[in-house]
Amino acid sequence: MSGRDDSATPSGTRPGEGGGGGGRQGGGGFRGPGGGHGLTAPAAKSKDFKGSGKRLLGLLRPHRFTIAFIIVLAIFSVGFSVAGPKILGNATNVLFQGVLSHQYMKPGVTQAQVETQLRAGGQNQLAQMLSTMKLTPNGSVDFGVIGQLLLFLAAVYLLSALFGWLQQYLTVGMSQGIVYRLREQMDAKLTRLPLRYFDGHPRGDILSRVTNDIDNIANTLQQSLTQIITSLLTVVGVLAMMFSINWLLATISLLTVPLSIAVTILIAKRSQKQFALQWERTGKLNGHIEETHTGRNIVKVFGHERQAAETFDAENNGLFDAAFSAQFISGMIQPALSIVGNLNYVAIAVIGGIRVASGTLTLGDIQAFIQYSRQFSWPIMQLASIANVMQSAVASAERIFELLDETEEEPDTTTPQLVERCTGSIRLENVSFRYEPETPLIADLDLDVKPGQTIAIVGPTGAGKTTLVNLLLRFYEIDHGRILIDGVDTHDMTRDALRSLFGMVLQDAWLFGGTIRDNIAYGREGATEAEIVAAAEAAHVDHFVRTLADGYDTVLDDDATNVSAGEKQLLTIARAFLADPQILILDEATSSVDTRTEVLIQKAMAKLMENRTSFVIAHRLSTIRDADTILVMNHGRIIEQGTHEELLAAEGFYFDLYNSQFVEAFDEAS
Amino acid sequence: MIRLLRKYLEPYTSQLVFVMVMLLVQAMANLYLPAVNAEIINNGVAKGDTGYITRAGAMMLVVTVLMGVAAAVGVYWGSKASMAFGRDVRAAIFRKVETFSQTEVNLFGTPSLITRNTNDVQQVQQVIMMALNMMILAPIMAIGGIIMALRTDVPLSGILVIVLPFMAGFIGLVVAKAMPLFRAVQIKVDRINQVTRETLSGVRVIRAFVRNEFEQRRFEQANADLTDTSIKVNRIFAFMIPSLFGILNLTTVAVMWFGGLRIASGAMPIGNLTAYLTYIAMILMSVMMATVMFAMVPRAAASADRIQAVLDAAPTVCDPAEPIAVRGTAGHVEFRDVEFRYPGAEDPVLHHISFSAGPGEITALVGSTGSGKSTLVNLIPRFYDVSGGAVLIDGNDIRQMRQEDVWGSIGFIPQRAFLFSGTVASNLRYGKDDATDDDLWRALETAQAKTFVAEMPEKLEAPITQGGTNVSGGQRQRLAIARALVKRPEIYVFDDSFSALDFKTDSMLRAALKKETHNATVLIVAQRVSTIMHADRIIVMDRGTIAGTGTHEELMESSETYREIVYSQLSQEEVA
Repeated sequence: MSGRDDSATPSGTRPGEGGGGGGRQGGGGFRGPGGGHGLTAPAAKSKDFKGSGKRLLGLLRPHRFTIAFIIVLAIFSVGFSVAGPKILGNATNVLFQGVLSHQYMKPGVTQAQVETQLRAGGQNQLAQMLSTMKLTPNGSVDFGVIGQLLLFLAAVYLLSALFGWLQQYLTVGMSQGIVYRLREQMDAKLTRLPLRYFDGHPRGDILSRVTNDIDNIANTLQQSLTQIITSLLTVVGVLAMMFSINWLLATISLLTVPLSIAVTILIAKRSQKQFALQWERTGKLNGHIEETHTGRNIVKVFGHERQAAETFDAENNGLFDAAFSAQFISGMIQPALSIVGNLNYVAIAVIGGIRVASGTLTLGDIQAFIQYSRQFSWPIMQLASIANVMQSAVASAERIFELLDETEEEPDTTTPQLVERCTGSIRLENVSFRYEPETPLIADLDLDVKPGQTIAIVGPTGAGKTTLVNLLLRFYEIDHGRILIDGVDTHDMTRDALRSLFGMVLQDAWLFGGTIRDNIAYGREGATEAEIVAAAEAAHVDHFVRTLADGYDTVLDDDATNVSAGEKQLLTIARAFLADPQILILDEATSSVDTRTEVLIQKAMAKLMENRTSFVIAHRLSTIRDADTILVMNHGRIIEQGTHEELLAAEGFYFDLYNSQFVEAFDEAS
Repeated sequence: MIRLLRKYLEPYTSQLVFVMVMLLVQAMANLYLPAVNAEIINNGVAKGDTGYITRAGAMMLVVTVLMGVAAAVGVYWGSKASMAFGRDVRAAIFRKVETFSQTEVNLFGTPSLITRNTNDVQQVQQVIMMALNMMILAPIMAIGGIIMALRTDVPLSGILVIVLPFMAGFIGLVVAKAMPLFRAVQIKVDRINQVTRETLSGVRVIRAFVRNEFEQRRFEQANADLTDTSIKVNRIFAFMIPSLFGILNLTTVAVMWFGGLRIASGAMPIGNLTAYLTYIAMILMSVMMATVMFAMVPRAAASADRIQAVLDAAPTVCDPAEPIAVRGTAGHVEFRDVEFRYPGAEDPVLHHISFSAGPGEITALVGSTGSGKSTLVNLIPRFYDVSGGAVLIDGNDIRQMRQEDVWGSIGFIPQRAFLFSGTVASNLRYGKDDATDDDLWRALETAQAKTFVAEMPEKLEAPITQGGTNVSGGQRQRLAIARALVKRPEIYVFDDSFSALDFKTDSMLRAALKKETHNATVLIVAQRVSTIMHADRIIVMDRGTIAGTGTHEELMESSETYREIVYSQLSQEEVA
């Protein structure tokens, strides 16, 4: 991180600027006092910088009055702070005058006499300087005036701080508010997106949009917004003050602006390349580290330790080269700018000094000027680095907008029909479906399920056994045909009404971070304690829960390490019991459950299925054989349909599948 | 942290000393400039001597350039030393982890080891980099500024006696208030992430149970919570920064007033006032900067400690001092009254394990989860060392052999197939660099992987992403099996490696495998009874001990545990 600060030229006073350290939420901890936007992070390129940038600004639109107010506050804050050195200069002038008066204006001597005396003494320049001042007779320093000026100055500085604080205060509220609503919008959007979106996008990618990208925007709004406003105002204000004092010195200072910018850009461009390289190599090296540590047993057994170390060394050295270049080159910005700043300083000291000596400038002015020149380089550097920050913020915004723009599920019908009394009878008529336009999966499927029947869905791993579930629950919409539940087309029902007819137990037991009670109660809103316990008893999990120290109040942590996979599944079964639906969707566990829990799960599932229409993604042959209808799937398609006996007689895919498990596998194939 | 720094920065001592000198030069130059400026005013401006002004100006120019050069040189060596530190520490961790056995890995956890090897190093390296620029410079500037201020005028420096403690107290107060809030923000960010992650992973369940609103409420709560805390933290900073600058500015006003009094009384020349104002600004800025910078140290220190813990860990599995010379193994594996317990554990995971398996035999291990069957096969390649008894290969205790010799004779197929980034071929050749393409195809055919590899456009050169995420679980598993086959080891260990395969592929693979491995010792850990029911020897594991050994038929007769397992998977008639 090159969030280095301008210490080489400790700049003077800049209240309210930078909003430093404003809680980098993602990383925690402090940042440099100026926000320290480094040049390290590779500015991810946005596809449409202008469009997305405009839209990002659009987020600020509802707050335009607040922003206007913030700008007004900033103008006051910066204005007052910029006025400071000038007032200080005036005080210096009074002081200087007093000192000179004291020195030369002995009682009874006039200013003209002093000047003549000096000229006579060959001190022409000094005389010239004195001639521009109004020395007081009987001279001493007028502390009355200085006191007034300083009191005024103190007031100005206090006001500047006050306005700076107010401005920051408002910015915090506004930007956090924007981020809050953005997060809210994204979460709401997630509930309206079709399942297709979730299946087609890696979870990590969606998650990163909701978290990292939002954080990025939060930081940019929080810090860069203030920085842009105050930096611009400071540059303008300082320049204005400089020109009001002396146009020649101001012009010299002004020249350093393009010079500083040019230097920054020149160096930043080179370092940017190195940073990109450093980033790339960091990624590669980290990848190698991750891979080797994760697969270390394989690395060892297959005798690859030496090669792994060699690859590591090569990549580690490569990273060192890039990192060193990046750090060094970007580190040059600081000294380079400090040289430019100091050149300016020297020029002002010399030219200003000569001017003061010749009487065309006052000492207070040059003192003020020096302070101004020191305030000058900082905001310029800030503005230069903000360009990078903006780029990454816009890229983040783009990713967020992309998600917000995704097509949503088609809205529910406005004239929904209700299934008055669900018996669990389901009819599929002529149903066709495909995930992708080119590959038809289900074509003209007819299926008639009577209340209480069991449908087993079987097939090899990855055969798309969840497709039917997706269609029944309208996670995906069918292309043709109808699905009727008790005679009502599911398309004519609201999704919520349709789904509340179903209960679901998946193999990958999903529980959320909360208490066991809450997780079971998930099945039905407003369930009583007695109902929850009854459901747990029915699912044979009540006993287990009671053995836990906190019982039903046990909090399941993120990955629920305190509860085994089998027990988790029992909890989801309890949840389904509580929901008490007419139609069930079950997913049998394949492995990783110990034998005893396995027996409990089987018992609980069998009980759950009693008197309910059930669709079972089945792995157990006993379940399959007892099913009323078996749907055999392969490569995403339903290829066979019938009872166990019918399918065996057909000697098709199911026949093979069945035999491969039980017939003498080794001998037959050899 | 100190220990880590001392050890890994030591090679760069001379560079570091050099960087310090350069920083000192910069600080001195920085402090010198206002002094020259004061002289310009005192001796040049006040006396009207333009010649003096230009001479002093030239001097300032020289100092400025010198300062720039010093800074550049300092940055050069500073970057070099800190980046080299990072490189060396990374390498040290990497090599250390390579010596770890599974015991040490479990102690830290693989993800944590990865983080320590990457992010933690970066964290420490960054602070060093910053220290070499800022953290060292700030105190030098502060102290130098104070010295120069004192040199300029002692009585005026009384102001510092009041302002510095006040400022330190103020900063301390703010930091004390902000720090817990920062941590709170972190926790709340994690909470948002957790809720979002759950919403994403449970999207089907949530919708099926029609609980969108409930989820939205949960998110809403976490969101509001985070926003509140963020606002609090940021408002503290919104207050702190203007306040600090306010203090700085008011100090300037005070200097002006008291300085004016001193000048009027003739105790101080007027040029010194301007210089004094600059010094005051330098001192206060340095203090502020140092505070913020040093706030980063605790985080880096935590990282350093995590790194040190890895470097300090002693590997439990090492090569013996005088290994038995082994030339080729027959592959006879024997467990002799083996006991294994995890370090510190009360009960052993395995006890009284004795059996032997020879070439040409298939030995299968079954048992419920937690019965210890995976742990058992992990003892063969010495991922762990036994805590009692011995594991022998061809009659030699594996602890007396070189680890390389042990590993060389084993083809290990883990539970979760792991592929490396590269190509299909590079993965298959992982255990045998010089295998021909024909060898690879042969292994693929046996592993039932020939078809899908042949269907890939690049065939053997098809790219494999890290972890093998671009092929399906079943394909990954089959490639891992092929990888072991290419190596042609004397001992095959299949650690539940058939679970990702469907029944049909499973059985075809086993049939093909039997031909390929007929001279080797094969150990299979499996969940499915159908996978192992035809093994020469089935070992039934129950709670860490052998509950029965024999063929399927024998065990159906003799072992209650075995029957229980079988019945839970097959229905009665199919078993018989």
